[in-house]
Amino acid sequence: MKKYDAIVIGAGHNGLTNAAYLAKSGLDVAVLERNPYIGGATVSRELHRGWTYSNCSYVCSLLRPEIARDLELPRHGLQVVPYGGGVTFMRNGDYYGNYYDHNRQYREMARHSKRDANAYERYTTDVMKQTRLIRPYLLRRPPDPTSLKPRDLRDLLGFARSFMEMGEEGLADTLRFWTKSVGDYLNEYFETDAIKAHLGGTGVIGTALGVYSPGTAYVLLHHYMGDVDGNVGSWGFARGGMGAVAAALEKSFRAFGGEVICDADVDRIIVRHGKVRGVALKNGDEYLADIVVSNLDPRRTFLDVMDEGDLSAELLHRARNFKIRGSSGKLNIALDGLPSFHGLDKSSPLMVGDMHFTDSLERLERAYDDWKDGTWSKDPYVDMLIPTQTDPTMAPPGKHMMTVFVQYAPPKINGGEWTDADKAGFEKSVIDQIAAHSPDFRDLILHCETRTPREIEAETGLTEGNIFQGELTFDQLLFNRPFPGYSQYRGPVRGMYMCGSGTHPGGGVMAAPGANAAREILRDLRRPDVVPGGYADD
Amino acid sequence: MKSASDATMMLRTPFHSRVAAACELNAWGTWKGYTTPTAYTDVELEYFAIRSTAGVFDLSPMNKYRITGPDAEAYLNRLVTRDVSKIRAGRVGYTVWCNDAGQVMDDGTIFHLGENDYRVCAFARATDWLHWSALGFDVEVVDESDEVAALAVQGPTSCAALLAMGLVGLEQLKPFGLTMFPFEGGTLMVSRTGFTGDLGYELWIAADKAELLWDRLFEAGRPHLIKPFGSDALDMARIEAGFLQAGVDFVPAESAVRSGRSRSPYELGLGWLVDMDKPVFNGRKALLREQARGSRYRFAMLDVDGNKPASHSFILSGGKKVGTVTSAAWCPTAKTNVAFAQLEMPHGDVGQELVAEIYYQRELQWTRVMAPCRVIGAPVFNPPRRRAVPPGAF
Ligand SMILES: Cc1cc2nc3c(=O)[nH]c(=O)nc-3n(C[C@H](O)[C@H](O)[C@H](O)COP(=O)(O)OP(=O)(O)OC[C@H]3O[C@@H](n4cnc5c(N)ncnc54)[C@H](O)[C@@H]3O)c2cc1C
Repeated sequence: MKKYDAIVIGAGHNGLTNAAYLAKSGLDVAVLERNPYIGGATVSRELHRGWTYSNCSYVCSLLRPEIARDLELPRHGLQVVPYGGGVTFMRNGDYYGNYYDHNRQYREMARHSKRDANAYERYTTDVMKQTRLIRPYLLRRPPDPTSLKPRDLRDLLGFARSFMEMGEEGLADTLRFWTKSVGDYLNEYFETDAIKAHLGGTGVIGTALGVYSPGTAYVLLHHYMGDVDGNVGSWGFARGGMGAVAAALEKSFRAFGGEVICDADVDRIIVRHGKVRGVALKNGDEYLADIVVSNLDPRRTFLDVMDEGDLSAELLHRARNFKIRGSSGKLNIALDGLPSFHGLDKSSPLMVGDMHFTDSLERLERAYDDWKDGTWSKDPYVDMLIPTQTDPTMAPPGKHMMTVFVQYAPPKINGGEWTDADKAGFEKSVIDQIAAHSPDFRDLILHCETRTPREIEAETGLTEGNIFQGELTFDQLLFNRPFPGYSQYRGPVRGMYMCGSGTHPGGGVMAAPGANAAREILRDLRRPDVVPGGYADD
Repeated sequence: MKSASDATMMLRTPFHSRVAAACELNAWGTWKGYTTPTAYTDVELEYFAIRSTAGVFDLSPMNKYRITGPDAEAYLNRLVTRDVSKIRAGRVGYTVWCNDAGQVMDDGTIFHLGENDYRVCAFARATDWLHWSALGFDVEVVDESDEVAALAVQGPTSCAALLAMGLVGLEQLKPFGLTMFPFEGGTLMVSRTGFTGDLGYELWIAADKAELLWDRLFEAGRPHLIKPFGSDALDMARIEAGFLQAGVDFVPAESAVRSGRSRSPYELGLGWLVDMDKPVFNGRKALLREQARGSRYRFAMLDVDGNKPASHSFILSGGKKVGTVTSAAWCPTAKTNVAFAQLEMPHGDVGQELVAEIYYQRELQWTRVMAPCRVIGAPVFNPPRRRAVPPGAF
């Protein structure tokens, strides 16, 4: 039987990134994917003829440019196109618009509150300070504060230094930022409900917390720390859908001689004498390798594909208590034309960005109340985009595709499984909300893919449909991600590693966990480091 | 009544009313005395119109000269370095022209419109030189810069947008081909040319039909996500595609005051445009001499580490200065940090490792980085759709 140098379980974008770097270093690598297609939550599929959906993730900013360049993803077909705009529609018929141009943005904000418009400058400066602190750590393994190894001590020292450089006030701000609620944070700057709601939504996306729950300010930062071509905080579309990211990574991996095997559902990681030997599929096939990397979330990795007997009781507890709660759903809609929205011209630059209908933090918090009550939000927070205003490849000319991310949807309905009737109710609450602001929307719908946490988990394997492979709260970040003592991508048995979003620096289409994990594996194998470091900001 | 100064005020192109309406940022620059936008809405987004959908650029200020008469071909053949007899009717050729010293005066395109009928598009004003060169040839040289309006339509959906405008059969036009369509009682000339390195076309129309053309183009192009773009976005695209800009990447020879500041075609990486097998042409003797003795400089495209554009950088080899950068940009589609450099010979072999000395400023503080870079052999952006016949819908 053939033996590989390394096997990666899961062809999510992090698994593919990890595999590409191992293959680049000259190893013989296979990626085993359960689905008949690759990508995990970074996937595009045609479910209605002529329309391509970004079925899960839909916008791109976190993807590390160093990796895109190093793995030659543009040559392998990836193009990330930035977009501007965005709008929050208000119940009184007005809206708050988000212009790409700084001065137009100021004027639009000032239309609602001159003071807010001015405070926004202070706000962006403060947020930028935080992104500057975190960005250099994206393409590094987090230092382990309990380790006395010179490498960890050196990294810790560097980390401490960038903290100290912020000064006493900066330090206090930072600690507040990392622990505060997004609602409290925004209240320090703004007075206008719609503006706070517009900015605050990203603090709860993918998170089973409300805008007033501590820790959500960091989630906002997580959505700010990416960039498109160096413009920090900008977002873009992968041309052709988010699956283009996975497709380009796969091509790059194959160019290094790697092999992707689909329809390969891994049952368990084979461990003998404290060392991995390979994996066994559900169908009984075995694949051998001394290195096995899991792209799955920590829950699935330790409670599903690993044998309990191979793990310590402590680790099993940690895995069981890992916070990975489902909170989101999604609608992908094929449209017969561009819908019109109250108060906006169809050619408005605001239309090309993220659209929302939740005009206060209060409503955001009420949406969360429904989640706690074990049901979907009756007045949900949606992040809605029509990418076909920017991308000509995803629908026929003149037709459109809409992606609607929905917060909140619980993993279970009142403790029970989602039923098809529940799913229909969830779908209706979203469509009703959009239709309330768009008179022609309902009539333009040709097809709709509705995904509750049930479908997301079934299709991507993300536990409870948690989009980040585990909540992004301070207790699960940096050297605590996924668990203390396991933050440096190494698993509990020799030859076993983790590379998914459940590891540092966390979820999103970022490719950083996969790359960082590859660097550690190559280090253990005493092979030269082929993984790029991050670009310096100054 | 016009005041005396009106005649010398900034000009407006035939598309101005439409351009001004679309120019949301009011970011105006000037191009050969014409008021032209540097950006309409946002430079990045405009750049991506060129690379992902279709972008429209008003290139009316371009200098355009009509050359007619029985000696037109012979005249042009003496003027430029390329063999003009090989540019068949219905074709366009990119070329340079030199002075007697074999130094590049300008680069431009020659449109072979019909028998004894050509149009030359040039960066620099060339009336004087074109007439000067006409001595002894039976040709007529007419400056038609103001009469002919032009739009570049560039990007992956450009063909689809123009087909939607009713330009039947356009998909069969080959790169560097040109063709005519009837348009509102006049003629619309379309060439498959451009300065972006992407699939793209240029539309040429009598000035009085310009506004109508713009309206029809944008109406038909809307489902194909058409957008206007300004000169800043064009600059990003042309650097990514490896195109030199006269006045930026070389000094037009006749405007160089200091000796040694002009360049030959060989020194600009444009040796492929020089045809020594054709009859005598301006600069031939000097270029033969250069071939024998070797060039002083070499044009090199560099792939620079990091993400800081190497604008105006010195290029070092072994700690010694061997050249300077003329154009540099982070290229958003190729995700590469590209620089064009003038290197002293013998530097510049493909693959050579060099260092770019880059200075950049953040919040008033200057930082220097010594960025490793290497000479690359081809532009970083060169998609198959640029050559495909017929091109796809996007
Ligand atoms: C609805 C939704 C919207 C999102 N929106 C965005 C967004 O707009 N922007 C953004 O940046 N991020 C977004 N995210 C987050 C982002 O998509 C994920 O964090 C990221 O894609 C996770 O990548 P990964 O490679 O770590 O893991 P995954 O994508 O989860 O990959 C894991 C892979 O393992 C496979 N697998 C599972 N079990 C097995 C097994 N037993 N055997 C073999 N294979 C197995 C799965 O099929 C999958 O392919 C979104 C996520 C979701 C779900």
